[in-house]
Amino acid sequence: MSYKAALRVWRGDHGRGDLADYAVEVNEGEVVLDVLHRLQATQAGDLAIRWNCKAGKCGSCSMEINGRPRLACMTRMSTFTEDEVLTITPLRTFPVIRDLVTDVSFNYAKARQIPSFTPDPSVGLGEFRMQQADVERSQEFRKCIECYLCQNTCHVIRDHAENENAFAGPRFLMRVAELEMHPADTADRRDIAQDDFGLGFCNITKCCTEVCPEHIKITDNALIPLKERVAGRRYDPLVWLGSKIARRPRSTGTPKVPDNRH
Amino acid sequence: MTDIAPSTGPASASEHSAAGHSAAEHSAAGHREVERIPYDVVVIGAGGSGLRAAIEARLAGKRTAIISKSLFGKAHTVMAEGGCAAAMGNVNSNDNWMVHFRDTMRGGKFLNNPRMAELHAKEAPDRVYELEAWGALFDRTKDGKISQRNFGGHEYPRLAHVGDRTGLEMIRTLQQKVVALQQEDAVSHGDPEAMIKVYAETTITRLIKDGEGRIAGAFGYIRETGQFVVFEAPAVILATGGIGKTFKVSSNSWEYTGDGHALALLAGAKLLNMEFVQFHPTHMVWPMSVRGLLVTESVRGDGGVLRNSEGKRYMFNYVPDVFRAQYAETEEEADRWYSDPDHNRRPPELLPRDEVARANNAEVKAGRGSPHGGVFLDIASRLPAEEILRRLPSMHHQFKELADVDITKEPMEVGPAQHYVMGGVEVDPDTGESCVPGLFAAGEVSGGMHGSNRLGGNSLSDLLVFGRRAGLGAAEYVGRLGAKLPVADEGEIEAARTEALAPLQRPDGENPYAVHSDVQETMSNLVGIIRTETEIKKALADLETLGVRASAVAAAGGSAYNPGWHLTLDLRNIMLMAKCVAAAALERQESRGGHTRDDYPGMRPEWRKVNLVCTLDGDEIRISRQPVPPMRDDLIALFDRAELKKYLTDEEMAALPAEAPASVAAASEEAH
Repeated sequence: MSYKAALRVWRGDHGRGDLADYAVEVNEGEVVLDVLHRLQATQAGDLAIRWNCKAGKCGSCSMEINGRPRLACMTRMSTFTEDEVLTITPLRTFPVIRDLVTDVSFNYAKARQIPSFTPDPSVGLGEFRMQQADVERSQEFRKCIECYLCQNTCHVIRDHAENENAFAGPRFLMRVAELEMHPADTADRRDIAQDDFGLGFCNITKCCTEVCPEHIKITDNALIPLKERVAGRRYDPLVWLGSKIARRPRSTGTPKVPDNRH
Repeated sequence: MTDIAPSTGPASASEHSAAGHSAAEHSAAGHREVERIPYDVVVIGAGGSGLRAAIEARLAGKRTAIISKSLFGKAHTVMAEGGCAAAMGNVNSNDNWMVHFRDTMRGGKFLNNPRMAELHAKEAPDRVYELEAWGALFDRTKDGKISQRNFGGHEYPRLAHVGDRTGLEMIRTLQQKVVALQQEDAVSHGDPEAMIKVYAETTITRLIKDGEGRIAGAFGYIRETGQFVVFEAPAVILATGGIGKTFKVSSNSWEYTGDGHALALLAGAKLLNMEFVQFHPTHMVWPMSVRGLLVTESVRGDGGVLRNSEGKRYMFNYVPDVFRAQYAETEEEADRWYSDPDHNRRPPELLPRDEVARANNAEVKAGRGSPHGGVFLDIASRLPAEEILRRLPSMHHQFKELADVDITKEPMEVGPAQHYVMGGVEVDPDTGESCVPGLFAAGEVSGGMHGSNRLGGNSLSDLLVFGRRAGLGAAEYVGRLGAKLPVADEGEIEAARTEALAPLQRPDGENPYAVHSDVQETMSNLVGIIRTETEIKKALADLETLGVRASAVAAAGGSAYNPGWHLTLDLRNIMLMAKCVAAAALERQESRGGHTRDDYPGMRPEWRKVNLVCTLDGDEIRISRQPVPPMRDDLIALFDRAELKKYLTDEEMAALPAEAPASVAAASEEAH
């Protein structure tokens, strides 16, 4: 049942490197990560791979396999023919640390800019009451395993590093949507979604949804509804009229959290 | 950022092959210098217990470092599926801490540290509610409370859950709470990392003490660069999880190399009960590459049943005497229990894990297994497809994607695999402090809480309850020290540096991957789910040889993100854990919980009084015996004598306090 697969694996660090050719044994039922592990154990002991659970639950082994962003642990070898050459490269959007491991700190920096869950402080421990139907919307987004395949794929930053300051990427716009739809949250992140996190950059091509290993409908269920909420706040003529008649200044949204480290 | 995209141009073609082993990389930079970073509290491990501990230490005003072997948010806790046990009584109002305490002691076959089991049962509900206040979204009951599900060994529906991805929800919530605290610190200190900082992809290889034997810091390396670092701190909390990578078929991730257990042992702490290793009964057995991938107990909690190749629901044949009163004897009664738990007994599929694992193992050995050497776990014929998809989405996904099996239409093939270790660092139940001043432990790396077998769902609650307590304990310890801080012994730091560098400098040692694989093979074959004296002795002899090989492994390449080098260092810990488990398994001549001796079947009351303790004497593991901490009278009173008689010796029975009123337990339940 086993055969030798031809692998072309990107090796190198800090921008220098090249594809290296290997022939590695493959057994029935294996996934790409198994084969990379065999490569590591038998031919390339220092091959840098990031992985943890090998069960599609931690989102560590993100890489590009024949140009497609995938989790190596969930990509079965049986989806390729035995004579197909597998080209395995690191995520393209993030700087390479070594071999298949990239520097994903961009994502952690963005996460820290989003105002956290803000419950009503008068609700005591154990007193939250929420209906299943209401929590399900945000629960879908909390299935996210932070593999960053969507971040890697989104064309707004994939080949446009210049957009990185102004755009948080699908994962973190979805995090904003998750908090906005959280039944017990009281903050209002609609303004910053548009102004600081670049919701407007998203032109709903659904590439993020397509690569999501958790099959989260990022575009349909998070990004588009978030766009509608932002539009409702900013451009709804009735809301605009109401704010004029009531002679009340429009309430201000929750501001972005500053990163004042440097 | 994108200028580093992989280049396939010829210009860089020779770069890698040259860099791989070149002297240039070996001497690269000043990485051999040791960086010093001072903290009040250092938490090793960023899973549930580590993050909960760090949050508490930071809330107590201590500057806290979180050291994580992988990226922030990837810890093994994400793999926990079923739920977090807490007697909130949201689904069945008869539940309360006393019932939970009883279930935990029964599950652990009365070898648990009773104070830990008590604290755990009492505090778990608040720890769950706390997560909710930090943004966790658990599944709900009809009246909007946190829903709870049935699980093995738990008398009532008790597990707070989110489908079958509860661990992910917990890790994400704790991760986001750390971020929320950093956001507060950005405002109050002008720096989000002023009070709590995550050192991702950083591994600790040695704890450093001062001249008086107190903890003074932790030595390690940053994986990305190979940079050596000493976190100088008077308090270290171990929260490193378990030892799964000592075994071949395990549901544990690569990080589970027993680091915290080994660090504690090397620093002079005691490990308790290392013979008790949990083999969870249901993991995927096919395809080979996913052998050991967990199939959550929720499948059974939600109605799934185990069948052999003859289609028989065999668990009815495996109800041990100690549990006979609580489990159904017919399929009809078992099935009625799901809708009417007050008037029927539980299905035997929901026995504690050790019992079900042994049963699954026995069916396969008797030739009644599935085609790939497992047994059948059937949910398809028990629940409508849409209900399976709603309750068990990850299981459906995992079988569909990896095995082409649709669990809404056909049964799963499952079998036991190593899942958890009950044994760990002996700690004070209230503070988490070990016998080494300044060294704390929480979660899987600590011992005592679960006795000889952990109930499903009691791990996530354990993390929260004892993570918080260790964080508090460490903060208080640091507070008591005042200005009299321990100073790290420079000799120890230098020794740690030399030890870490050795595999990189050995010219032609053995491949660490090969040695690791042989250790796993030895442990799985000889000290696995069923053990005998002959096999354990063979394992110990093999481990001697493997130890020699492990101490001579070499890593090719440099020190920057080099998994081969990392494994050479992890191997020391894996070897120590293998020896501890085998030595303790040889010593305990009975079968109890996660330790089954074919040559000593059955529990022996004399052994219930004994904890086996591993310590390090030079390079040798020493096993000694110490008494299991006694249960307070008010806790003993929660059990009736007939049940205690199944576990205790005649002398212990005679020494019990005067017969408590038979209805104490029932009465106190009503007090809930």
